Order: sequence, then C-alpha cells, then structure tokens
Amino acid sequence: MSQGEANRFGFTINKSRLINYDKGDQRVRNYITEREPSFRLCFSCGSCTATCTAGSHTTINLRRINVLIRRGDLDPIRDEVTRCMLCGKCYLTCPRGVNTRNVLALAAEAMKMRERNEL
Amino acid sequence: MTKHVVIAGGGVAGIEAAGALADLGQTVTIIEKETAAGGHVKRWHALFPDRRPAEEVKKYLSHRLKNKNITVINNTSVNRIRHHGHSLTVETSAGDNINADAVIVATGFDLFDAARKEEYGYGIYNNVITAPELEDMFNNDALVTRDGRKPSRIGFVHCVGSRDEKVCNHYCSKVCCVTAVKQAIEVREKLPDCEVFCFYMDMRMFGPYYEELYREAQEVHNINFIRGKVSEASNTINGRIAVKVEDTLAGRPLKMELDVLVLMTGMEMSRSGARLAETSGLTTGKNRFLSVTDNHIHSNRSNMHGVFYAGACTAPMNITDTISHARAAVMETVNYLSKL
Repeated sequence: MSQGEANRFGFTINKSRLINYDKGDQRVRNYITEREPSFRLCFSCGSCTATCTAGSHTTINLRRINVLIRRGDLDPIRDEVTRCMLCGKCYLTCPRGVNTRNVLALAAEAMKMRERNEL
Repeated sequence: MTKHVVIAGGGVAGIEAAGALADLGQTVTIIEKETAAGGHVKRWHALFPDRRPAEEVKKYLSHRLKNKNITVINNTSVNRIRHHGHSLTVETSAGDNINADAVIVATGFDLFDAARKEEYGYGIYNNVITAPELEDMFNNDALVTRDGRKPSRIGFVHCVGSRDEKVCNHYCSKVCCVTAVKQAIEVREKLPDCEVFCFYMDMRMFGPYYEELYREAQEVHNINFIRGKVSEASNTINGRIAVKVEDTLAGRPLKMELDVLVLMTGMEMSRSGARLAETSGLTTGKNRFLSVTDNHIHSNRSNMHGVFYAGACTAPMNITDTISHARAAVMETVNYLSKL
C-alpha cells in the first residue's frame, strides 16, 4: 500500500493528544506557585487572553498556558511563554486578582531552567 | 380556633413547617416513612458554606419537634390525600384515615442511585463511593480506601444523575457543586498530602459565600479543578481507579489514576412523593417534582384545595431555602385555615 492510500484510510501513527496527568511535570507549576501564590486563583475566564496585545499577533494564550502548566504538559507552551510583552493589561482585567505578569515572567524563567535541567 | 394539619414527611421541611404551625397554636401530625424524623441531614457531618457541624442543625430540628402540639407517626407513609366535604382525609400505609383541615406535602427528595451511571463503576469497584458515603467516613473519622490504605489522590465527579438526559434528569440539583468543594476542603485538611481533583461541567456557586468557598479551595487548599465530565472509570491492575475526561479548557483528552472516586449524586423526586402525587391527582412537572401553581409568587401552592408544598418535593433545594420555603408554606396554610 502506498503512503497516499494509507493516509486515505487513516492508518498513520500520530502522536497521542492525551494528557497523561500521572506523567505530568509539576516542577514549573510548583516553581510559580511558591513565588506567586495568586497563580492558584485562575478560574479560566479568558479575559486575559481576550485583552492580550501579543495574542492578537501570535499564538500566546495565557488562559491555556495556566491550564497546561497545572496539568504538567509543558512542551506545547515552550515557545509561547516568551511572546509576552509584559504590557500588563491582563493583570488589570483579571477578576480573580492573579498577578498575571509575574506568573508569565516566572513561567518563562522556570521553562528555561527546565531546559537546562536546573529546576 | 385550633385546626389540624397533617404533614407528609418529617425531614427538614416537614419539621420546620410543623414547628412553625405549632408555635401558632395549630395541632400537627407528621407522617414519617423512616424509623425517625430528621431527613437526609441526619447522615451529614458538616454543612456548606461555613462548614458548621451538622449536629447544630440536627439539634435545632429535634428541639423543634418537642412541642406538645406535634405528633410524629414513624414507619408510615401517606398513601393518598382526598377531599372529604370541607376537610381532607389522609390515608396512611398503616390503613388509618386521618382527618385534616389542611395538608402540607414535604416528601423531599431521593438521592440518585449512582449504580445507574454504570460507566462510573459504583457497586463494581470498591473505591467508587458517593458523597453521603464520604460524610459517613468523616463521621467515623476513617478516611481510608476500602482496603484500609491512606489515599494519595481523591477525585470528585460533579453532576452524577443531574443535567443528564440519559438518566432522564435534565435539571441541576444545585447543591452538589458546593458540597464537592466543601468535601474537597475537608479531605485536604484531614489528609494534607492527598491531591484532590474536582471534575465539573460548570461551577454553580449560587448561594451566599459559596463562591468564596470555591476561591478558598483554590487559594488555600490547592484543590485542582478540571472542567470536563468524566466519561468512564475503570480498575487498574494495582487496584486504583483510572478516569478518562476531556480537559475542555485544554481541548484535549486527559487520563489519571485515583485512589478514591466520589460521585456527587443529585436529587430526584422521591418515590413516596411520586406515588402520593399519582394517587391524589397532584400535578408534577417535566422534572417529576411537584408542580407549584406559580413559580415566582405561589411556590407553595398545589393544584389541590387545602394542600400546600414545602421543600425539595418541589425542586432540589438546600437546607437554607428549605427552611424558608417551609415557613412560607405555613403562612399560606394559616391564611387558608383562617378562611375556613
């Protein structure tokens, strides 16, 4: 069977999209929570993402970043956390008073440390 | 002149209505199907949102019953209410016909039978339990798995038997969200090393200080909230419970292992109430609870002259609202009696 035929019938091997919580990496979450406890307060309303200037031009989505850090699923957001311009509009709009700017700064820091095996 | 009111059901609503009527000098007979009055709260350890000991409310209710104007008939249910001239006759399961000037139906709710949601494995896997069973564990101070291990992860499934067309319950049972948050906090306090997860569709924190409790659960107790309905639970080879859920905020499926899975079973119209409605011609709604004549203005009135409703026989209700609703039923009843 040629590659094209295999694709037609969906017989290719895709990377699993499953979040396996048991295998998650909680180090970045713990790093942020210890330094910025308000990180725990996010209830995923999405107002940060709606107001985000960088989000209008890139894929950065703070609401999603918060969720994936908590699930310990860090690879999909590796590049995203560096796209913040620290304008702070998300901090103004957050109804739960999360210090979003500090959360992102800490997330970027922790992600770098993780790459260097320093976390 | 003293009138006689029969109350069907001796739970929170029935007791409060009886107490308020007795205070006003009326004679009351409560017909209770269980061995003693007290209702579902009897089983509870602590109450939301302030987490006061349930014992305080239980004491209030038992004190309320200590009035010479109140008689409680236990182990008996009301089979039928029918008109008898200007008064009513209440037929009981003991075969008695009791005359009443008015009747308050306070038959309350039944808890949803968790085994009906077979995919969660209640009755199949030992460590899948219901919210009242967790209260039993709090009461016995024995928060362990069925084989005596200390759990390191506990999950709560919201909306079990509520908001679910597949079990014919399309409505929200209202109290389960805040109960899960309360119980999650209690678990974290008793077992600080135990991780706790709430699997929810919406967090319905409708009452005063409920939202604050939810915030406290996140901020102080570090409880994890995952938005998505658990689709199935299964046993793992090492005796844990594996759950599958969509993390709808991540837009991805998620799986994890837990030691105990707590099912937040909702409220259903009680079987005894449904039977009474059928035999007596009381109208019920699409949710099978008793229909009131006006949802906003007359939430205690039935379609039957001289019969009034109190509490969760009309819709899922918390204790606060049940007590208010019972008092309102008493006012309607007294107004009615004064015109006889």
